[in-house]
Amino acid sequence: MEPALAPIADAGTNLLAARYQMAFTLGFHIILACFGVAFPAIMLIAEYRGRKRGDEEALRLARRWSKAVAVLFAVGAVSGTVLSFEFGLLWPGMMDRFGDAFGIAFAIEGIFFFLEAIFIAIYIYGWKRLPGWAHFWSGVPIAISGIGGALSVVAANAWMNTPAGFTLGSDGRVEDVQPVDVLFNTSTFHEFVHMWVAAYLVAGFLVASIYAFQLLRGNHTRYNRLGFLIPFTVAAIGAPIQLIVGDFAARDVYEDQPTKFAAMECVYETGDDQAENIGGICTDGEVKGAVSIRGLDSLLAGFSTSTVVKGLNDVPPDLQPPTPTTIHLSFDAMVGIGTFLALLAVWFAISWWRRRDIPQSRWFLRAGAASGVLAVIALECGWMVTEIGRQPWIVSGYLRTEDAVTNAQGIWWAFALTMLIYIGLALVTVYVLRGLASRPDEEAPAGDIPYAPPSEETGAGGARDRGGTVG
Amino acid sequence: MTRADIAAVILWTGVTLYAMFGGADFGGGMWDLLAGRSERGERARSLIDRSIAPVWEANHVWLIFVLVVLWTAFPSVFSAVMTTLYIPLALAVLGIVLRGAGFAFRHALPGPVRTPATRVFGISSVLTPFFMGTVVGAVASGEVPAEGAGDPTGSWTGALPLLTGVMFVAVAAYIAAIFLVRDAGAAGEQDLQGYFKQRALAMAVIGGAAAVAGIFALHEHARYVYDGLTSWPGIVLVIGSGVCGLTALGLLLTGRMLSWGARPAAVGAVVTVIWGYFAAAFPYMLPTSLTITDAAGDSAALLAVIVVFGAAAVTVIPALILLYVLSQRSALE
Repeated sequence: MEPALAPIADAGTNLLAARYQMAFTLGFHIILACFGVAFPAIMLIAEYRGRKRGDEEALRLARRWSKAVAVLFAVGAVSGTVLSFEFGLLWPGMMDRFGDAFGIAFAIEGIFFFLEAIFIAIYIYGWKRLPGWAHFWSGVPIAISGIGGALSVVAANAWMNTPAGFTLGSDGRVEDVQPVDVLFNTSTFHEFVHMWVAAYLVAGFLVASIYAFQLLRGNHTRYNRLGFLIPFTVAAIGAPIQLIVGDFAARDVYEDQPTKFAAMECVYETGDDQAENIGGICTDGEVKGAVSIRGLDSLLAGFSTSTVVKGLNDVPPDLQPPTPTTIHLSFDAMVGIGTFLALLAVWFAISWWRRRDIPQSRWFLRAGAASGVLAVIALECGWMVTEIGRQPWIVSGYLRTEDAVTNAQGIWWAFALTMLIYIGLALVTVYVLRGLASRPDEEAPAGDIPYAPPSEETGAGGARDRGGTVG
Repeated sequence: MTRADIAAVILWTGVTLYAMFGGADFGGGMWDLLAGRSERGERARSLIDRSIAPVWEANHVWLIFVLVVLWTAFPSVFSAVMTTLYIPLALAVLGIVLRGAGFAFRHALPGPVRTPATRVFGISSVLTPFFMGTVVGAVASGEVPAEGAGDPTGSWTGALPLLTGVMFVAVAAYIAAIFLVRDAGAAGEQDLQGYFKQRALAMAVIGGAAAVAGIFALHEHARYVYDGLTSWPGIVLVIGSGVCGLTALGLLLTGRMLSWGARPAAVGAVVTVIWGYFAAAFPYMLPTSLTITDAAGDSAALLAVIVVFGAAAVTVIPALILLYVLSQRSALE
C-alpha cells in the first residue's frame, strides 16, 4: 500500500469514522422511527374522533397528518435501509461471526416492516375510495406493526448490550443459538418499553409543538386547538409513565451493565453510599463541578444507601467507555428533560381536570412549543447513553468494536458525503412538511369530485383556518 | 433438502420478488427520466406516479428481507460481499436514498421541490439497479473470495459485472414498461399504451442483446456458471426464458397484449433467468469458493429464518395481494 494511503485504511481511524457514520445515520433514523411507531396512532385517534363524533376538523387533521406520515415513512424507510447496509459495510466483523444470532430479531422485524408499508399505502391512498370505518381499520395494522417492529429492533440492540442465547465456537463464531433467549435477553423488556413510550413522547410533543406555535401566534381556531390537544394528550399520558419506566430501566442497567451504570453517574470508586452527581465532568478519576447528593445514587439503585455501586476504577482502562462525561451528561439531560416534560403533563392534567381546557398561561404554550425539540434531545441523549455506554464493546463481553470495523478505504469520505446528503434530506423534509401543513386543504369530505377546485363549503371560518396551520 | 438449502431458496425467492416488483419501480423511474417535457411525457409521468406510489415501499421491503436473510442464514457471505464490493454497494445505497426521497418529495408537494426531486428520482432509478447488477456480476464471476476483502475496484469493473449492470437496468425498464402498458389500458389512455409498448420492445431488444453478450462474458469470466447454464437443469430454465421472452415479444408485436398473457410471459422470462443462475451456481453461494452448506450459519438461526418466512407467507403475502388488488382496481389514489 502507498504510504500516503496507509492512514486512510488504518483500522484505528476507520473505527472513529465508522462510529461517527453509524451514530449520525442512526441518530437521524431514530427520530423517523419514532414517528413511524407513534404518529399513525395519533393520526388514528384523530380519525376515530372524527368518525365517531362527526367531527370534520378532526378528520381534516387526520388527513393532513397522514400526508406527513407518508413523507416521514418514506424517508425513514430509506434511512433504515442505509442502516441495514451499514451493518455489513461498517461492521463486517460482527456480522460475520454474530450475524446468525443478531439477525433473528431483524428477520421478524421484516414482517412488521412489510405490514407497515402495505397498510400505510392502503390508508394514505384509500382516503377517497375506502368507506369510512373500513378506512379507519386499514390504519390499525400500521400502529400495531409499529410496536412489533420496535420490539424486534430493540431486541437486537438489547442483545448487543446483554448478549445471550448462544455459545462461542472455537472459530469465534456463534453456535448453539437459542433464538428465544437471543430475542428475550435481559435488556429486551426494559429497552423496548422505554423506547416505545419514547416514540409516543417524541411524536406527540413534536406534532403538538407545531400547533402550540400557532396558538401562540393567536390563531385560536378549533383546528389548531385540536391539533395541539390530540398529540399533546398522548404525550402527556406517556411522560409520567416514562419516568417510572426509566427508573426501572436504570436499575436493570445497574444489575446487568454495571460499567455503563458507573459511567452514567460518573462513579469511580466502588462502594456504598454513592452520591448522585448532577452535571459536572468526569476526569482524572473523579467528577468535577457536579452537584452531588449524598447517598442518592445508592438509594435509587437498590432502595438503600448501603447499596454498593461499582466504580470505573474497578474496570481495566481498556474496557472502560471512552467518554464517560458524554455518557454522564447525556443521562442527566435525558432525566432532566423527562422530568420537565412530566411536570408539563401534570400542569396540563390539572388544568384539564379543573376547567376542561388548556392552561391559559402563555408560558404553558411556550413550554408546549419547546416540548417537541426537548423530547428529541432527550431521545438522542438516552440513545447515546445506551450506545456509548456499551463501548468499547460492540457485542458486550464478546467482541470489541475495533475488531468488528471494516478495513475498507474512504470511510471518512463516505461520512462527509453522508452528512451532506442527510442534512439536505432533513432540510427538504422540513420544507415539504411545512408546505404540506400550510397548503390549502384540497380534500373535501368524502364523496367529492376528483379534480374539483379547493372546496370552500365550510364557509368563512373554515377558510380562515386553512391559511394558518404552520407559517 | 437441508435447512441451508431451504434458506438459500428463501433468499432467492426474496431476490426474485425484489427483482420483479422493486425492479419495475426502478424501471418506472427510468421512464420518468426519459419522458421529457411534452404533454404526453407529462401524462406518462403521471401514470408512472400513480402506478408506483402505493406500492413502491412495500416492494422495497423485499430488499431488506434479502439483506436480513443473507446475514442471518449466511453471515460469512454477507460479510465477504460487503468487504469486497463496498464501493458499488455504497453507490447503490446512495441511489436508494435519493430515489426514495426524490419520489416521496415530488409526490408530496408541487412547487419548487418538484422538478429537482423528479430529476433525482429518475437518475437514481437508473444508477441503483446498475450498481446492484455489478454486485451480482462480480459474485457470479468469482471475484468475491470466501474470506472477503477482495479487490475493491477490479472486482466489479470487469466486462461481466458491467454487462450485468446494464442488463439489470434494461430488465427493470422492460418489466416496468410491460406493467405500464397494462396500467395505461386500465386508465383508458390508449396512446400511452402504445407509448410504453414501443419502449417495452426497445428494452426487450437491448436486454436480449445484453443477455447474449452476457453469455460470452460468462464463458470467459464465470466458467462454472456458464457450464451450469448450458447443462441440465440450468439449460431448461435458459430455454424456458427464451420461449417466454419470444412469446412476450410476439404478443407485443401482434398487439394482443391485453387479451393475452404478455405480462406473465415477460415476468416468466425474467424469473427463469434468475432461477437459472441459482441452478447454475448450485451448490455454490460464492462460485466457486464457498458452498451453501459451508456458508450457512447456525442451524437454529436457519430454522428461525424458515419459520419467519412461513409466518411472512401467511401474513405478508395476503396483505400484499390486498394492496395490489386495491391498487389495480384504482381503489387507491
